[in-house]
Amino acid sequence: MLKIENLSVDHGAIRALHGVSFNVEKGQLAAVIGANGAGKTTLLRALSGLNKASQGQAYWNGHNILHSKPESLVRNGISHVCEGKSVIPELTVAENLDLGALWRRNRKESAQTKKEVVDLFPRLGERLTQRADSLSGGERQMLALGRAMMSKPQLLLLDEPSLGLAPLVIEQIFQSIRDLTTAMGLTVLLVEQNAMGALKIADIGIVLNLGSIAATGSASALKEDPAVRAAYLGF
Amino acid sequence: MFQFFNTLLIGITAGSIYALMAIAIVLVWRSTRVINFAQGGLALASSFVGAAILEKTGSFWVSLPIAMLAGAIFSAGIEFFFLRPLLKRSGDKGQEIFLPIIATLGLLGIIKAILNFIYGDRIGVIPPPLSDKGFIVSGQSIALSPMRLLILGTVLVLMAALTLIFQRTNLGLSLRASSFAPEISRLAGVRVDLIRTVGWAISGAAGATAGILQTTNGSGSIAPESFEFSLLLVFGFVAAVIGGIESLIGAVLGGLTLGIILAVILMYVGGSLVFFAAFLILVLVLLLRPHGIIGAKGGRRA
Repeated sequence: MLKIENLSVDHGAIRALHGVSFNVEKGQLAAVIGANGAGKTTLLRALSGLNKASQGQAYWNGHNILHSKPESLVRNGISHVCEGKSVIPELTVAENLDLGALWRRNRKESAQTKKEVVDLFPRLGERLTQRADSLSGGERQMLALGRAMMSKPQLLLLDEPSLGLAPLVIEQIFQSIRDLTTAMGLTVLLVEQNAMGALKIADIGIVLNLGSIAATGSASALKEDPAVRAAYLGF
Repeated sequence: MFQFFNTLLIGITAGSIYALMAIAIVLVWRSTRVINFAQGGLALASSFVGAAILEKTGSFWVSLPIAMLAGAIFSAGIEFFFLRPLLKRSGDKGQEIFLPIIATLGLLGIIKAILNFIYGDRIGVIPPPLSDKGFIVSGQSIALSPMRLLILGTVLVLMAALTLIFQRTNLGLSLRASSFAPEISRLAGVRVDLIRTVGWAISGAAGATAGILQTTNGSGSIAPESFEFSLLLVFGFVAAVIGGIESLIGAVLGGLTLGIILAVILMYVGGSLVFFAAFLILVLVLLLRPHGIIGAKGGRRA
């Protein structure tokens, strides 16, 4: 389980996250929603080791994961997909996928995982030899997810997978995330501006406001909460 | 026509050495976004190691790989002990991009001072291991000698090896990925810091080879204040810039282009204009095609 206790992160003199605490059970899909600047991305970047935390603890399966490097966390089953289709445009689709499994140093197993990922996203399979910058926005997001899956993660940190995608594509991506979570028994922390879409597929929700937790609860309860609806769902 | 053909051969040989130097510069630029002025000093120091080994063993074929190894170790050491702490301190964000550049200029001075201290007035000698007398074609001696063939062959083999490493191996994929997108690479599990050091090491080996070949192709000797090596550094930069500074293929084509142009000027215009021409090309390329003549517009090539 993912256990976050009193986590604070500073950007220079500005505190971006104020003592945030919450838990995500194994196998759960947790949606972190909130407006621009609420601290959602900061939260993810602190968990994956890209940003330094100023205070607090974060445990994954009982191990403190703060102050570890991202490349070490990957080896312990934590994969982070950054905001804005985190693929490398200059590399081919196959190379982007392979990159996620290099550290495993096992070509056979990696090839097996690649087959699973391609089965999951057949569109990637058709484009393996193309450069990633020839892909559409939705395909790039699939590739970013696929690259993360190549590392065989148990905890997946997803930053705004819906960013800049068409509504129909967003729905597909969200569905894929939900299916992945269930099929692979993943634990997922999904950061989203698209609060409605995220809460639809999530088990639990965490609402961030100006760096603090404004509400937590089951996704279905949050969807019905009048305050959350007014502030984040727009109706 | 015969003279022009010979000029081309001279240009291609010299250009292939500039290409190696350009590759060394491009590798460092791609892995760390630093223009490494110390590259000339590293090549010089490695060539001194090569000369010392040659003196001991008498074999060029032992001294070349050992000089390459020395270049790799020197270069990796500079990255690890010098550039890495410096970049960490300046935030790794590139706001202070001038800092590492000035630091490498300082390093160049330090390396030369150390060499001066060790060697003083003595020189290192690396004579051509093969005959530098041109082959005879229909009664005339052409500008292609066994030694020139050796230079071209060495450069060709190194390029092929580098291409193989970069395009076909996991290390190559890590090197390319880390240079294009360090953060994403890190998240994918690549140990980017280590990969950077490896990139510098390969660069150091390429620079050492350029240094040794330049010496055998030129005067056959090196001194701590070698003008030949200052030229090699400058021509390497120009070649890298012609090639768009991002691309290894660009560096090779840039080196050959520069070599041929300079050889033609030397032959038909005059030796005094060679230096001027090299800088003119540099300025023109930067003004008119900042992405290089070979580099695709705006796009980075693996």
